[in-house]
Amino acid sequence: MDFLNAIVALSNFVLIPAVAYGSQLALGALGVTLIYGILRFSNFAHGDTMAFGAMVTILFTWWFQSMGLHLGPLPTALLALPFGILATAAMMLATDRVVYRFYRRVKAKPIVFVMASIGVMFIMNGVVRFIIGPEEQSFADGERFIISARDFRDWSGLDEGLAFRTSQGITIVTAVIVVAALFWFLNNTRTGKSMRAFSDNEDLALLSGINPERVVMITWLIVAALATIAGVLYGLDKSFKPFTYFQLLLPIFASAIVGGLGNPLGAIAGGFVIAFSEVTVTYAWKKVLGYLMPESLEPSGLVQLVSTDYKFAVSFAILVVVLLFKPTGLFKGKAV
Amino acid sequence: MKKLLMASAASALMATGAYAEDIKMGVLLAFTGPLESLAPAIADGAELAFTEATAGGKFLDGTTVTPVRADSTCIDSAAATAAAERLITADGVKGIVGAMCSGATGAVLANVAMPNGMVMISPSATSPALSTVEDNGLFFRTAPSDARQGEVMADILMEKGITSAAVTYTNNDYGKGLSDSFAAAFEAKGGTITINAAHEDGKADYSAEVGALASAGGDILVVVGYVDQGGSGVIQGALDTGAFDMFQLPDGMVSVTLEERFGSDIDGSFGQIPGSPAAERFAEIVGGAFDATSTYADTGYDAAALILLAMQASGSTDPAVYKDAVMNVANAPGEEIYPGELEKAMDILAAGGDIDYVGASAVELVGQGESAGSYRMIEIQDGKIVNVGYQ
Repeated sequence: MDFLNAIVALSNFVLIPAVAYGSQLALGALGVTLIYGILRFSNFAHGDTMAFGAMVTILFTWWFQSMGLHLGPLPTALLALPFGILATAAMMLATDRVVYRFYRRVKAKPIVFVMASIGVMFIMNGVVRFIIGPEEQSFADGERFIISARDFRDWSGLDEGLAFRTSQGITIVTAVIVVAALFWFLNNTRTGKSMRAFSDNEDLALLSGINPERVVMITWLIVAALATIAGVLYGLDKSFKPFTYFQLLLPIFASAIVGGLGNPLGAIAGGFVIAFSEVTVTYAWKKVLGYLMPESLEPSGLVQLVSTDYKFAVSFAILVVVLLFKPTGLFKGKAV
Repeated sequence: MKKLLMASAASALMATGAYAEDIKMGVLLAFTGPLESLAPAIADGAELAFTEATAGGKFLDGTTVTPVRADSTCIDSAAATAAAERLITADGVKGIVGAMCSGATGAVLANVAMPNGMVMISPSATSPALSTVEDNGLFFRTAPSDARQGEVMADILMEKGITSAAVTYTNNDYGKGLSDSFAAAFEAKGGTITINAAHEDGKADYSAEVGALASAGGDILVVVGYVDQGGSGVIQGALDTGAFDMFQLPDGMVSVTLEERFGSDIDGSFGQIPGSPAAERFAEIVGGAFDATSTYADTGYDAAALILLAMQASGSTDPAVYKDAVMNVANAPGEEIYPGELEKAMDILAAGGDIDYVGASAVELVGQGESAGSYRMIEIQDGKIVNVGYQ
C-alpha cells in the first residue's frame, strides 16, 4: 500500500506534469529546430508566434462559445485550432515576405537574421498585447479532469490522490500525433525529403533542382502549425498570458540546444529532459521517501535538492554541461 | 484700579486660555516619485480633516489651519529632509502629516523632526524598522507595520485550531516580509511551518512549486502572493493535484478575481485585507471630492485629525505639549469618534471629556505609537467572498 501511495504521489506531482510540460516544450522546440535546420537562424520570435497563434485561436474559441458551439467534454479550442493555424501561417508568410526574404536575397549572416527575428519578436509582442491585452485570459471549457484527485482517492482507497487533467491528456495525445505526422512527412514525402536535403546541403539541393522559396514557404507553414498547436496546448493546460509565452522562449531554446539544434528528434528529447529536470531536481522527496522507508528512517527534512527558486537554473546548468561536453547536443545537431 | 483689574484679567486670559490664531500644518508626501499616484488622495484626505475640524470654529477657539504641501519624494531622502526643513523654518508649521515612504520618513524623523521637536504622523510608512526607531515621542503612524498582518494571520489560524501550515510567497519584498513575519508569529504561538518557499510571478507553470509544497504537507496553504499573478497559479495547481483544498489569503489575494477563477472550489478558505467598518462613512463625507478608496487616503485623514485632536485636548499648538496627547485621543477610554464627527470631538475635548478616535481606518495606536491596523476578515462561502468581521 505504501509503495502504491509513493508511486501515485510521484506520478501526481512529478511524472504527469513533467510529461505534459515536456510535450509542450518539445512542440515548441521542434519549431525552433526546423527553422534553424532549414532557414539557418535562431528564431527568437518563436515564443511570440506561439502567443499569436494561441491568441487567434482564443478569439475564435470565444466566437464559437458565443454561438453555442462546443465539443462536449473536449475544449472548444480544438475546433478553433485550425483557424488559428491558418491565421498564423498567413502571418508567418507575410513576415517572411516583408522581413526575412530580403536578408536571404542579400545572403546576410545568420546573426543578422537573429537580430531581425528579435525585431519581429517585439512587433509581435506588441500586436498580441494590442489585440487581446496583457492580462491573463481563460478559454478552457469542457470537462476539466479525466481523473480528479478526489475521485481517484475514493476509488482506490489510497491516501494519495492522482489528478489527470483533460488538457494534459490532450497535450500528450496531440503531441504524439503531431510528431508522428511530422516525421512521416519529413521521411516519406517528396517535399519532406527536399526539405531535409535543403537542410543538409543547400548548394547540392539547389543543383538538384529544389526550389528554395518553396522549401522556405513550407517550412514556415509547418512552423506556424507547430507553434500554434504548442501555444494553444500550453494555454489550455496552464493559462494564456502574452508575457509567459515570451518567457517560454528560454526553456524552448534550452530544449532545442540540449537535443541538438536542427535535429527534430533531439528537440523532442530535449523538451523532456528540460521538463523532467525542472520538476524532479526541485521536487521535495519527503513524502515519497516517507512512504517507501521504514518509519525509523523517515526523513524529517524536505529532502529537496535545490529550492524551486532555482528551477530555471537547473535547465541552464544542463544546457551548459551539454554544450561543454557535447557541443552539438545529445542527438547530433548542427554545431551551434 | 478698574483699569488695572481689566488689564490683569485680560493678561490672565492671554496667559491661560488659547486664543484664535492662524496655524500652518505641513503635508509632506511623495508628490513625485514611484508612489506619486497615491499622494494626491492622501493629501486630500488630510486637508479634508483640517477643513472639517476647523469649519465650526470650535478648534482652539476658532483657530484656523492652513495646510502647506511639500514633496518628500519616495526615494530621495535628501530632498525629503530639505522639504521638511523648509516646512519648519520657513513656513513655521506646527505639525507634519508625513512622510510617505518608510525610508524618507526615517530620514526626516532623524534629521529634522527630532532636532526641531516636531510631531510627525505618517499615513503610509509601513516598515517594521520604524516600530523601534528612537523618536522622543514625536513620531506616530496611522498605517500598520508590515509585520502586523503576519501576527493577525497567525492569530486567526490559531483560533481555528490549525497548527501546521505550508507557506508560499511571491518573490519580492512584500512577499518575503509578510511570509517571514507570519512564520515567526505562527511559530512563536506553537505552530509548525512545514515549508516556506518562494514562487515567481508571471509564470504559467507552478507544478514544481506545488509538488514541493504538497510533499511538505500541512493543514493549510498560506498563499502570500497576488491574485492576478502567481498566487492564483499556485492555488490552481494545488487544487488540481489535490494537494491542498484550504487556503489562507492575505491582502494581495483577496479580490473578485478569486471568485471568478475558483468559485466554490475554495470554499472554507479565509483571509484578511486592511479595512475598517468606518470605510463607508469615510466615503460618505468625502462625497465625490476625491477617491476615498484610494490606498492610505483614510489614514491620511486620520493622521491629520489626530494632530488637531491632540492640540485641542492639550489646549496648545506646541508640538512639545500636544505630542503627549496623541495616544490619549487615539485610544480608549472615551467616546468613539467616526469620520465626520470631528466637530463633536472638539466639543467633548473642549469640555474636558475623553474621546477614542476611531476615524476612517479604525485607529488604535500600539507600541511607540503605530496603528494596530484594522483588517476585514473574509471567508469563501459558496464561491463568494463573505465578510465575517473585523479585527
